[in-house]
Order: sequence, then structure tokens, then C-alpha cells
Amino acid sequence: MKEHDSGTRTYIVVWGALVMLTVVTVAVSYVHLGMMNVFVALLIASAKASLVALFFMHLRYENRLVWGFALAPLFFLVLIVVGTLSDTLFR
Amino acid sequence: MSGQSTHHGPGAAGHEAHMDPATAREAATLGIWTFLATEVLLFGGLFTSYIIYRIKYPQIFYEGHLKLDHVLGAINTVVLIGSSLTVALGIAAIRKGKVGLLRLYLFLTLLLAGTFLGIKYVEYTEKFSHGLYPDTDIFFSLYFMLTGLHGLHVLAGMVLLGGVLFLAGRGRYSESYHTPVEISGLYWHFVDLVWIYLFPLLYLLG
Repeated sequence: MKEHDSGTRTYIVVWGALVMLTVVTVAVSYVHLGMMNVFVALLIASAKASLVALFFMHLRYENRLVWGFALAPLFFLVLIVVGTLSDTLFR
Repeated sequence: MSGQSTHHGPGAAGHEAHMDPATAREAATLGIWTFLATEVLLFGGLFTSYIIYRIKYPQIFYEGHLKLDHVLGAINTVVLIGSSLTVALGIAAIRKGKVGLLRLYLFLTLLLAGTFLGIKYVEYTEKFSHGLYPDTDIFFSLYFMLTGLHGLHVLAGMVLLGGVLFLAGRGRYSESYHTPVEISGLYWHFVDLVWIYLFPLLYLLG
């Protein structure tokens, strides 16, 4: 009746991956890639965020309704950012 | 120990009287995700201003980030990730009915959260002593606003998890009932998530 119990080992592996990605993001920041630095940093941060959401927040084991509730704010976030930029960038 | 007793006897446990436990748990899960949605948009507004001003004043952002302590920021990132792990392990423990282990992990989480705020305090003091305040420039306005708001969330999470720790000590949670532990855990992981973005955006501009 319970959702799968992601075991202790899974959590520790995820934690290890998060720490590793933190090291990578710090290392990459010392390499000058120009504009690409921001994108690489955001890409790594999003990978970390996905790991936290999927495993620590158990999203992996939740049903579609919960997924909908979890992803909906991202749509609005994109709307806010894109909408605001489309104004401020072309003033 | 007394965890079992709360689930016996009519009306003994007010929190599960109205609907079946699975429905109650799902309602609580949807509730916290809805709250987290408002939190995403709260920080989202600030992130939007970050993007706009960073595009407009790249030089101020570049010079500002050089004045932040990257090492302390990185340590705090690892500290907060560690606290997410202890919360996740605590929830895994109570799912197996191990109240003592849950309390240990919650205590460790509070310790890590305290460490995070302690390091933040050191950083703020350092900035102030160098004459860097929220009104110094747009970078430090956003830095103090974002990290300050995040710090308040850490504090709120500590109060929340402290409450869960207290109630766990009174035998309120068991293998069959631990929804508040999971819900508080979700909030804590969200606070970690926000920092995962704040750290590279403020400390590591490249």
C-alpha cells in the first residue's frame, strides 16, 4: 500500500551527486566561457534541483496530479521572466 | 514508544478522523506543493529583477560578486545539501517506524541549519565591516534581499522541524502516521532548492 521506499543507499548516492555537481559548478566558474558561464551554471543548478525534487522530495513516486501541482509554478515563472524581459529589453 | 497508542480509541487522534488516511495524505501533499508554488513565484519575482539588472549592469554584478566569499558560499551549499540528506533519511526512518532515528536525523538537520545561518552571519558581518550594505549598489541590494529572504526561510524551516522534533519526542508519529514529517521535509528541501540557484547566481559569475 505504500509507495516505494527509496532506500538509504539511494539517498546517499543522490547526496554524493549533489556534492559533486557543487564542486563542478565551482570549478567551471573559474573557466572563462563568457556568456556560456551563466548557462552552464544554470544547467548544473537545474540538474541538482531535479535530483532534489525527484529523490528527496519523492516526486519520482508521486502521481500525475502531484506532478501537475509541482510543475505548474514553473510555467508561471517562465511567463513572468519572458514577459518582463520582452518589455525591458526592447524599451 | 507511545506512538502506537495515539492510533487507538475513538477520537484519540483528531488528525485522522475526517477522511481515510491515504486521502488525507494526498490532500496534504497537494497543499504543500501549492504553497511551494507561491514560494517559487515569490523568489521568481526577485530572480526576474536579478536577470533584468544583470543584463543592464553587467559590470556592477561582476565587481560585486568578487567581494563575496566563494569558499563560505560553497561550504554553505554543502551544509544545506547535507541537511536535505538528513531530512530524507529521517523520513525513511519514520516510514519504518523508527522514531528514535527520526529524532536523531532531525537534530542533525537543525544543527546543519544552524551552521548555515552561523556562516551567513559571519558573511553579513564581513560585508558590513567593509561598508557593503543593501543600499551600496544594485548587486548588493539583490544579494541581501535574496539571501535575507532565503535566510528567513531557513529560520522558518528550523522552527517547523523543531516542532516536528518536539512532537516526535512525544510519540506523535509512527510507521502508519507521519504526514507532518513528510510535509515539513518537502518545505525544507524547497529551501535547499532555492539556495542551489542562489549560490551560482550570486557567488559564481565566472
